[in-house]
Amino acid sequence: MTALATALSAAEADSLPLDRIDVSRAELFERNIEGDYFRRLRREDPVHYCAESAYGPYWSITRYKDIMAVDTNHQVFSSEASLGGIIIEDGIQKSSNEGSIDLPNFIAMDPPRHDEQRKAVSPIVAPANLAKLEGVIRERICRTLDGLPVGETFDWVPAVSIELTTQMLATLFDFPFEERSKLTRWSDVATAEPGSGIVDSWEQRTSELMECAATFQGLWNERVKNPGMDLVSMLAHSPATRDMTPQNYLGNVLLLIVGGNDTTRNSMSGGVLALDRNPKEREKLYANPALIDSMVPEIIRWQTPLSHMRRTAIADAEVGGKTIRKGDKVVMWYISGNRDETAIDRPDDFIIDRERPRQHLSFGFGVHRCVGNRLAEMQLKILWEEIMKRFSRVEVMDEPVRVRSNFVRGYASMPVKLHAH
Amino acid sequence: MTRVNYVEANGKVHAVEADAGMSAMEAAVKNAVPGIDGDCGGAAACATCHVYVDDAWIAKTGPAQDGLEKSMLEFAEDVRESSRLACQITLDERLDGLVLRLPEKQH
Repeated sequence: MTALATALSAAEADSLPLDRIDVSRAELFERNIEGDYFRRLRREDPVHYCAESAYGPYWSITRYKDIMAVDTNHQVFSSEASLGGIIIEDGIQKSSNEGSIDLPNFIAMDPPRHDEQRKAVSPIVAPANLAKLEGVIRERICRTLDGLPVGETFDWVPAVSIELTTQMLATLFDFPFEERSKLTRWSDVATAEPGSGIVDSWEQRTSELMECAATFQGLWNERVKNPGMDLVSMLAHSPATRDMTPQNYLGNVLLLIVGGNDTTRNSMSGGVLALDRNPKEREKLYANPALIDSMVPEIIRWQTPLSHMRRTAIADAEVGGKTIRKGDKVVMWYISGNRDETAIDRPDDFIIDRERPRQHLSFGFGVHRCVGNRLAEMQLKILWEEIMKRFSRVEVMDEPVRVRSNFVRGYASMPVKLHAH
Repeated sequence: MTRVNYVEANGKVHAVEADAGMSAMEAAVKNAVPGIDGDCGGAAACATCHVYVDDAWIAKTGPAQDGLEKSMLEFAEDVRESSRLACQITLDERLDGLVLRLPEKQH
């Protein structure tokens, strides 16, 4: 963005009356100017009520400590799908849209059902299993990086970020490797509304998801008989999940696909952008590669690949001095909490050797904390180890195109050029 | 001052002196004891400060508390009767000499 455009967007954010500020507008994220709005809310009205928006009335929680308070209070702030679930848009998670289907999954459940179903899949990302996965992840990352052109401009997003996250999903599900691009398609379809450019109608969405269901039902049937160490086998054999309805199974499968897809994908692109924009940090990193360990969580904070999570109050509660009423929609803006100057030193800066780099909100906190967080960190760590062995720089050649979404904070494309050592 | 001994899974002991009122997570992080991450800063909200309280001390620290501590421990690795989140153990003179054992890895 030019200096003038930056100044104009900051002026726009500061001149609106507070009660007209609506941070759910997806275009703010596409234009990369949401930060100006959140900075104002944190300063003037950190727990902010927006009476009118495309998603109805909602509260914005913008400060780190208030987000922590909401995220850890699942008794009051519910994730239940029937109340609206975990994103600001209710419709996509409900069957109320004609032609749509219900896909119950554990992120949109409260304890105890949430705990039981989550526990069924968490062994795949337990430390012992991660150690086993490391070799195959590294091998696939190396193969992908070795196939990239050096010295010419290409789009990093499909060539690396999407390719590597798709491979990882195929590995976790033990999904037929040559058909892995279907996983990315289903992930996109599962989070799409009609008119988003991905699907044209709820019926089309449902029919594609039914194809996903049929494929995964086939894998389930196969793994009931011959289990392996993959997510489908775990779901098919765990007492908490083996009697799930087909829709609950599909819901959990899609949750794991979406959860492992957009998030890591955009952190893989975001790290490239962050290092390109901060040449001093890049110098630090190449002078001391051990800093990858603290850089990885800093990339995840700086990028914040999911801008928000939503809850619904099931009792009156006070947050940051405001009274939230039973039934209200409450949006925790992780992207704002991760830029909160009262919780994080120089929060707008990308600093690869922070003292406590893991103190960020990108994984959420409390019982819904990201189940795959260590896997995500491992993928990024290996990616950067292998990038540094091969290239002296990944240069970003033009402004990336950002996704028009208030939920997924990421990139549709990012032209880059690789420099050899 | 309260003395705390953190014992790594490989048997290595880290003896630490902590100010009273500090949590066992804070004391570990401040003294760079490996294997205690404390990502959430002490809110019992991430389960990255999972420890096993030595048998001789469990009566004094008490078991994991109902609510968030127990819920979060549900998602930790290899949880036992003596499992606690170190951030929920407040150090005082009664706990002088406390022995906490660390799991192989924090989840």
